Amino acid sequence: MNTIVIIFLAVIGAGILLGVLRMLIGPTSSDRAVAVDTITTTVVALLVLLGFIFQRYVYLDVSLVYSVLSFVGLVALARFLERGI
Amino acid sequence: MSIHGAIITGIGIMFLFLGNLGILRLPDVYNRVQAGTKCTTLGAFLTIIGVGIMQPGWFWKTLIIAVFILVTNPISSHAIARASLKAKVSLCDRSVVDKTEEFERYREKV
Amino acid sequence: MSEITGKENHKVRNFLYLFIFLIIIWLALTSSIQWQELTAGIVISLFLSFILSKYYLKLGFPPLSIKRIVFFFIYIGVLFKEILSANIDVAYRIIHPKMPIKPGIVVIKTVLKQDIAKMILANSITLTPGTFTLDIIDDILLIHWINVKTKDVDEATRMIGERFERYLKIIFA
Repeated sequence: MNTIVIIFLAVIGAGILLGVLRMLIGPTSSDRAVAVDTITTTVVALLVLLGFIFQRYVYLDVSLVYSVLSFVGLVALARFLERGI
Repeated sequence: MSIHGAIITGIGIMFLFLGNLGILRLPDVYNRVQAGTKCTTLGAFLTIIGVGIMQPGWFWKTLIIAVFILVTNPISSHAIARASLKAKVSLCDRSVVDKTEEFERYREKV
Repeated sequence: MSEITGKENHKVRNFLYLFIFLIIIWLALTSSIQWQELTAGIVISLFLSFILSKYYLKLGFPPLSIKRIVFFFIYIGVLFKEILSANIDVAYRIIHPKMPIKPGIVVIKTVLKQDIAKMILANSITLTPGTFTLDIIDDILLIHWINVKTKDVDEATRMIGERFERYLKIIFA
């Protein structure tokens, strides 16, 4: 079981690194916003998985609040992008 | 832990990785939004449901989180894509058709 | 009871929809049926649906019937099948070394009337193979298509929107 968990975490970590790379090089601000969207969804899944690995129920509440906040934040960011920075 | 849950979680994690790879590889904002929304929505859904199957006491809570992501993720990506359309981010040079002007004419007519 | 007007009826229906929706979310979040928690949930749901139900009037929810519920579940099944095929399609395009994409922005038409039906259609189109809703005015949708097969409006409507509209037309008739 330990090996499987380490493989899962490594693959998710590699994915988040690719997203961060796009966030760093993205030519326009919209590219960066899209990268942030993808990374937050990945992090919500990662939090639930970490909750399972550490056997802590409270991680589920954390991930629920995180997903609500990221949704609201991204919609606000989109309103900001619309004017053209 | 049951083996079904681990397999479902593994498939979900593969899709999460592919979504992030798509963000890096595809050429312009709109294509990136496509890869970002589709792959990460299904990936997060399967990962979270898989954890719920591995830990049956948590199933309902994980179902709530998964359905919430399934409903809100397309909306937030749609908001970003629409904002970049309004901010006139151009399409990549491999695009074959662009009917945005026709749509804008229709908007003025209404 | 028979002198309840159409508008009153509409208000009561919206109130009940919102109340049932909130109670279901409360039950799933607390996942217990002790009477203290249940009472708190019922009080909070009543309060919220009393305040908020008037904002949902213009969305246009249809009346409830067995046929609508059955078709709604069929619709969810169709949606899941489309989501799976969409993901395999996009994953293939990402992994392929040459990236076989042919992106473009096209326009399609819809026959649906209610706002809620249009919202469900737009979100479904976002989650299905290669298409993404960018904007909507009245009955015209602006779609980004990762692999453009046709530039004609009617042809594109048949290829993208038809498979969902078939069910949504019955649900929101």
